[in-house]
Amino acid sequence: MAEKIKRRKAQKEPEVESKINRVKPVTNIIFSAVFAILALTCVIPAIFIVIISFSSMESINEIGYSFWPTSWSLDAYRYLWNNRTMIGTAFLVSVFVTIGGTVIGLYLTAAMGYALSRSSFKLNKLYTIIVFIPMVFGGGLVSTYNVYSSMLNIKDTIWVLILPLAVSSFNVIICKTFFKTTIPQSILESAEIDGASQMRTYFTIVLPISKPLLATIGILLSFSYWNDWFLSLMYISDADMYSLQAVLMNVEKNIEFLAQNANTMGASAAAYALSMPKEPMRMAMAVLIVTPIACVYPFFQQYFVSGLTIGSVKE
Amino acid sequence: MSNEKQPKHKKRDRWAKRDTELTFLTLPTVIWYICFCYLPMFGILMAFKNYRVIDGSKTFFYNLLKSKWTGFKNFEFLFSSGSGALVVKLTLLYNIVFIILGIVIPVCLSLMMSQLHHKRYGKVCQTLMFLPYFMSWVVVTYFVFAFLSPDKGLANSLLAKMGKDTISWYQQPKYWPAILIFLSQWKGMGYGMVVYLATITGIDNTLYEAAMIDGATKFQQATKITLPLMKSVIIMMFILAMGGLVRSDFGLFYQVTKASDSLYTVTETIDVFIYKMIKSQPNPNMGSAAAFLQSVVGCMLILLSNKIVKKVDKDSAII
Repeated sequence: MAEKIKRRKAQKEPEVESKINRVKPVTNIIFSAVFAILALTCVIPAIFIVIISFSSMESINEIGYSFWPTSWSLDAYRYLWNNRTMIGTAFLVSVFVTIGGTVIGLYLTAAMGYALSRSSFKLNKLYTIIVFIPMVFGGGLVSTYNVYSSMLNIKDTIWVLILPLAVSSFNVIICKTFFKTTIPQSILESAEIDGASQMRTYFTIVLPISKPLLATIGILLSFSYWNDWFLSLMYISDADMYSLQAVLMNVEKNIEFLAQNANTMGASAAAYALSMPKEPMRMAMAVLIVTPIACVYPFFQQYFVSGLTIGSVKE
Repeated sequence: MSNEKQPKHKKRDRWAKRDTELTFLTLPTVIWYICFCYLPMFGILMAFKNYRVIDGSKTFFYNLLKSKWTGFKNFEFLFSSGSGALVVKLTLLYNIVFIILGIVIPVCLSLMMSQLHHKRYGKVCQTLMFLPYFMSWVVVTYFVFAFLSPDKGLANSLLAKMGKDTISWYQQPKYWPAILIFLSQWKGMGYGMVVYLATITGIDNTLYEAAMIDGATKFQQATKITLPLMKSVIIMMFILAMGGLVRSDFGLFYQVTKASDSLYTVTETIDVFIYKMIKSQPNPNMGSAAAFLQSVVGCMLILLSNKIVKKVDKDSAII
């Protein structure tokens, strides 16, 4: 008990100190206001599209997009649900690419980071060069496009959405720094003396104690997969392989397309197209993309922060 | 057996079982690097060739090697007047603004945030300000569209309410530099602040206490203690940003503007230009030439700024 109090005291002391040495209350209020405004500019657009997606068509036709629509409606989501085959496929593509890509990327990135962290590894120098050069030099879009489409032959396959994003040298370096600073060399050496193979050491000792790192890299990777639209734009022409981002990107085209294929409601295609709440639907699709991120990221933000900070630590 | 008697450094030079195993472990990654980084790098030869598909059944490299050399002909257009000059000018101007603001704004904000009395409040604001970083440009496009849509957008309905003429935003180039600069800073500030805030929290508190006892104001403490201690991080971020001086964010300039043709005088930056070359023109060589210059200049800029920094302040260089 006494110890507890002592500890609390020790924690409290810097607080007291900093109470004297801090900005004036007026300045504090001004700073707080600035941050309130900035935080609002970051959140309001997201809230705005949610409101639009729930606005009725009549309200939008009457007063445009507004924070206070004259009437609300769930039509946009109802129409999206009626087109669940298309939206569902896109959703599945997004989920598959995100999960598959994160798993593959995690393996490739962490393995390389681990090898680089072992300074006794003979190919260490060579690997460092292999990882470093792509950070400052690249082939450019044109030649990449040609390599993907006529050498690796991955254009218009699911692989083109997964493989190119799997590894980034930046992530490899985060891994290397982490392994170097947190895994005691003595553990690795004793495992080696006991006759464990490197693979076994890596999978049964190193990875289990590196969970924070795997979480950081995993989150970085999964967000970059979920948010990717560029690869779809460049390499996917088959609408069945559109991810959610690609559907949203081509939404103008797609809504016409949905309208043409509208036999589901029993109404004629033209009437269906007319009745479609196009504007709210667009925004509803954007909401569909944003919601998972907005739900997940506050919980993982700390990992991001630690990951980015590790990455920026110089050796 | 005889190895064991030899001195340790000799043993280290030998290829051991451990190295074979580690090589196997990383083999997939090395193959990935070769396929997705190094093959395209060799493809950059295109910049010096008149690339034609000679035999459709053969791969890209076969056709590339068989194509005719043209020397620097593909580069000419970049330096001739017209679209090339506009592309270079826009890319450089935007990036200079982005690099300066991208350092000044996050540094100021993190200095301010470190002074907030309520740390909890600061954390909440920081979390919210990080949100745009996780939005793709495609989603941001719809954020922007909700405000700027010519007939339904909030901006125009406000203008109409005030009795002013509405603006067809996607047709008017003069507004877009400001909008694009705002968006890039809006999206990037949360990310920038993290790095700088981490540095500030790492600074020893006793320095400030000593300064306070000596009668330094908060402002003096910030400029005389915090900023000098942040110097090496700021310089590192600057060097990394320099490498991007000849790149441009395709999503920002192409998606967010909805690829509007009437805006091309302010949005035709290098990556948009290369993309258009690939998608619309039958001659991709010029695009490749632009990409080649982009890579070479970017690489040189990083090395050069690193070298200058090394001369001025040895500890701040990154390589």
